[in-house]
Amino acid sequence: MDQASCDDKINTKVVIIDTGCANLSSVRFAIERLGYTVTVSREPAVLRNASKLFLPGVGTAQEAMKNLADRELIELVKSLTQPVLGICLGMQLLAEFSAEGNVSTLGLISGSIEPMPSEGVRLPHMGWNRIKPQQEHPLFKDIPSGSYFYFVHSYALAVGADTIATCTHGAPFTAAVNRGNFYGVQFHPERSSKAGAQLIKNFLEM
Amino acid sequence: MLAKRIIPCLDVKDGKVVKGVKFRNHELIGDIVPLAKRYAEEGADELVFYDITASADDRVVDKSWVSSVAEVIDIPFCVAGGIKTEEDAARILEFGADKVSINSPALADPSLINRLAAKFGVQCIVIGIDSYFDEDTQEYKVYQFTGDETRTQVTKWTTFEWIKEVQKRGAGEIVLNVMNQDGVRGGYDTVQLSKARKICKVPLIASGGAGEMSHFNSVFTVADVDGALAASVFHKQVINIGELKEYLRDQDVEIRQ
Repeated sequence: MDQASCDDKINTKVVIIDTGCANLSSVRFAIERLGYTVTVSREPAVLRNASKLFLPGVGTAQEAMKNLADRELIELVKSLTQPVLGICLGMQLLAEFSAEGNVSTLGLISGSIEPMPSEGVRLPHMGWNRIKPQQEHPLFKDIPSGSYFYFVHSYALAVGADTIATCTHGAPFTAAVNRGNFYGVQFHPERSSKAGAQLIKNFLEM
Repeated sequence: MLAKRIIPCLDVKDGKVVKGVKFRNHELIGDIVPLAKRYAEEGADELVFYDITASADDRVVDKSWVSSVAEVIDIPFCVAGGIKTEEDAARILEFGADKVSINSPALADPSLINRLAAKFGVQCIVIGIDSYFDEDTQEYKVYQFTGDETRTQVTKWTTFEWIKEVQKRGAGEIVLNVMNQDGVRGGYDTVQLSKARKICKVPLIASGGAGEMSHFNSVFTVADVDGALAASVFHKQVINIGELKEYLRDQDVEIRQ
């Protein structure tokens, strides 16, 4: 590794937003495996000062929004101008509304989260599935179309204006989104082997 | 289309990987982390760690190895054994496991499934079922405490009634372990698994009996399971995971590259 790249990593302030959910450590380990130092925090100053932020999530949309509200993070997250990557439920929270608990979410990307259609397929959508990214999107640099990523979810965002990658399970749905500085992936890059590591690397190097 | 999953299972006892035949006579296989890493690098789609002493011993087991695994592994993994409460599950998930698998404690208190699903979401709640086919009665029965043969006992549940029950309560995935086949490498019980498949709407994982590559092909094509779990054929390097996946792709099974 050359010196410039080392400096980049040291100067990148990576923060995982502490949403109070249980799976923070797998995201943290995945970032650390790429050589970055990570801070897990809910402090407004730390979040505002970060260069890259991750919004993780497991559990239900209702519970996650309640956690964000309790921690007074809703307005803060909305006001962030640095790149933010929502993962799985974290991506779903970026949308306008979630049918999982009928709760208003952050409204940072267009569309609402609905239950996946169950006809002819098993739910949860659990396992490795292929995605089709938009060509030339920086989040998917060096990730070929048709790469497998690991998914675990029963709710999804329909393909819409902010979709940058799609996947199909019964019907097509959004695998990744981007609007402005907000990015989201429905799959778990931290558990998607080399392709997932590449995606996290792409996000951190943006 | 979802890929069929190849899932090595590592039986853990006192912080080491072991393997028994028909759940008995455990022999030492090696350290957890290097073996887990090797499987991930060979192309395993997921790993299951099964603490075989936990449920039977009724003691607090040190699970810090879960965190060591999460640090080095970039594929999903599930931890089974000794998870009896929401607190137990929370700890395992905080250490970095993606899913928890519940077996004997769910039989002792089925409402545990509801509570875990409500708290963590169905996607991380796996129910493990140890099923034994009784040739005399021609019945498939669920067994409990299979980690310790002195305590292993039949339950009131038939396998298929229990499969229905756990889905109602919030199981996100079911691992059906056929005890008759465990460790003997005679092939998966595709008859039983096909019957289970018909009533199982959540992902179903086959366990018990893998001995050669064709067994994986038949369990995917005949029983249409979502994943196939195996231990000894991988530990003893009878089957290489990379070669297995190449073979299955040649048989037109959807497999992750």
